[in-house]
Amino acid sequence: MPIARAAKRATARLGAVVLAGALLAACGSSDSSDSSDSAGGKVTLNVDLFGSFGFKEAGLYEEYQKLNPGITIKQSDTQDEADYWKSLQTRLAGGGGLADVQGVEVGRIASVTQQQADKFQDLKEFGADKLKDEFAEAKWSAATTKDGKILGLGTDVGPEAMCYRTDLFEQAGLPTDREELAARWATWDGYLELGKQYKKKAPAKSAWLDSVGSLYGIMIGQEKERYYDASGELIYEKNPAVKKAWDTSVEAAEAGLSAKLDQWSPQWNQAFAAGSFATIPCPAWMLGYVKGQAGDAGKGKWDIAKLPGGAGNWGGSYLSIPRAAKHKEEAYKLIEWLTAPEQQAKVFQKQGNFPSSTGAIETIADAKDEYFSGAPIGQIFGEAAKESPVQVLGVHDQNVMQQITNALSEVERKGTSSDKAWQTAKKGVDNVIG
Amino acid sequence: MSLTATAKAGPRPSGTGPGPDDGRAAALRRTWRKASPYAYIAPFFTLFLAFGLFPLLYTAFVSLYRVELQTSGEMEWRGIANYTALFTDEYFWISLRNTFTIGVLSTVPQLAMALGLAHLLNYKLRGRTFIRTAILLPYATSVAAATLVFAQLFGRDFGLINYVIGLVGFDPVDWQTGTVASQIAVSTIVIWRWTGYNALIYLAGMQSIPHELYEAAEMDGASRWRQFIHVTLPGLRPTIVFTVIISTIGATQLFGEPLLFEGSISGGISHQYQTLGLYMYEQGWGFFHLGRAAAIAWVMFVLIVVLVGVNALIVRRRARKEAGR
Repeated sequence: MPIARAAKRATARLGAVVLAGALLAACGSSDSSDSSDSAGGKVTLNVDLFGSFGFKEAGLYEEYQKLNPGITIKQSDTQDEADYWKSLQTRLAGGGGLADVQGVEVGRIASVTQQQADKFQDLKEFGADKLKDEFAEAKWSAATTKDGKILGLGTDVGPEAMCYRTDLFEQAGLPTDREELAARWATWDGYLELGKQYKKKAPAKSAWLDSVGSLYGIMIGQEKERYYDASGELIYEKNPAVKKAWDTSVEAAEAGLSAKLDQWSPQWNQAFAAGSFATIPCPAWMLGYVKGQAGDAGKGKWDIAKLPGGAGNWGGSYLSIPRAAKHKEEAYKLIEWLTAPEQQAKVFQKQGNFPSSTGAIETIADAKDEYFSGAPIGQIFGEAAKESPVQVLGVHDQNVMQQITNALSEVERKGTSSDKAWQTAKKGVDNVIG
Repeated sequence: MSLTATAKAGPRPSGTGPGPDDGRAAALRRTWRKASPYAYIAPFFTLFLAFGLFPLLYTAFVSLYRVELQTSGEMEWRGIANYTALFTDEYFWISLRNTFTIGVLSTVPQLAMALGLAHLLNYKLRGRTFIRTAILLPYATSVAAATLVFAQLFGRDFGLINYVIGLVGFDPVDWQTGTVASQIAVSTIVIWRWTGYNALIYLAGMQSIPHELYEAAEMDGASRWRQFIHVTLPGLRPTIVFTVIISTIGATQLFGEPLLFEGSISGGISHQYQTLGLYMYEQGWGFFHLGRAAAIAWVMFVLIVVLVGVNALIVRRRARKEAGR
């Protein structure tokens, strides 16, 4: 699942340790697959992903292997996208141990097209250009280099909505109907206003919002320009959109609306079930995460409404083939199949990852989710996907976002002043850009 | 590093020239006897050259360039700019300070507790072997596993430690966010892992102290505490110096515990428990600035050499003082 900064920090801890092992394992596995491959024309395709793309969960590998008897698919996973990216970068630099298919998060795709185009396979050579019309325009163009190389096929996008706990809303005397809420929090001010009301009558130990980091993330997803402008210049410092998202997040922190949790941390995970917060900004891929953390006990207690302040997109992923991959042609056939509309629709039904293929979006328009009180997810996310802006992507998007969210945590958890925290964020970004 | 040893390793020209056969054989034997030690230690030094010295020198070379992992083929000369950037970076000094404070917070109680434990274990206890094995268990646990457990214990909302603190009537502590609190938490993990290990080293040292000394002290009516002060401690001095040096090196390189404590490569939201090792990791593998990471690695290397040198000086001076007595 293309969790934006797909960092599930709980596993990040293990992930960091696994990283070293993964590097070693990767070196070893490439050799072993080599020897087993040649026998009888059988091909083993290695697919290396982060988070959960939902292919395995939706049974797609089994299906593909049945359709193509000569092919065996092996998937390896790293939960935390940041760890996955580190490991991938190390292997790309060394040129060894790469899988046939590598996942790439949307926050990294500009780094691939602008810095590493020579390390990934141009999919046009396999005829990928004929697929252009099947994908959302923005999704397609982001993976295309200036000179027209196609470096990845889109799996999903991250249209945004707001998930909330109806039972907690009831206890605090707030409306629980998703239409009514959407109207009351049509703007972010409305959302904060409801939050303040919630705080007055909220059940003990329950905050309005999980973390201001996720509030910032979802707000910045509504913007066309964020950290870079179209010419590739870093503009986050003077971008009013960043300022707006920052200020709103600071206001939420200072009003005490947040549960002060660190996204992807173990405490955050535990808080889902404990009811520590009433709302959580929800890109489509978050649905699977909420279900996983809140568990069966949460079924029917959650609901989804339209996001305050308009449509937006947070996250989404690509499948790419490194130049050093062993079975490029077979790998291409696989990713073409995996990203085809029917398969994307299946992943959506199972995991909530919203398709990037226009064909798939039509077929799932009526989908509802029982877990979220039967919310019409096909419609809510479909509309958001249609209306969300085409974002300008930059090389360091992911890292800049991380630094800003970190600084916001200082405001949230230590009561640091907004100005001081912003200086920290700027220093952090300078450090990243180096 | 006794590199000079390898420099001398070449076979020496020895009695060549014509001579009787057995004389030549004897000369060969003599040569082999002289050369063979070098042959035996050669594998170590070959490996050391390949995996120790070469990386060390190459790191020094890389530290003078701008190298990014994503575009590692392109190297851009920077001279000492990586180093000057380092010394003007506030976070470098923060992490240096953190390394020091966490080092003290973890090493001092750790060694003190290890001494005490070893002293107790040195008495005839029932199930002694079992206890000695048991105290080594934390050391055998992986850093990752230990840290994961401790991170749960130190959790702000659902952690066991805050629960207990709450029972006593105090407010919960945010173990991750506070500077002192987070450093104490990280130190606790280090202490837990290494106390038993050091205790066993002390125990080994204590067992080389002649038992008669204790018996004599006991006859003089010395309490166990006085025995500890007047017999154990002086006898243990070399061992203590050894553990201090090892712990200093360990503390300077502290990495796994702070990294895994919260899964944050910045050492917390405001770098409050970022150590030098973690700072290097953040620059190199978080931001992919390999040149800068190499510079940090060298600064750390020099720092450790200096620390160990100072330690050695102190020891030598004390030894001389004692010899003069």
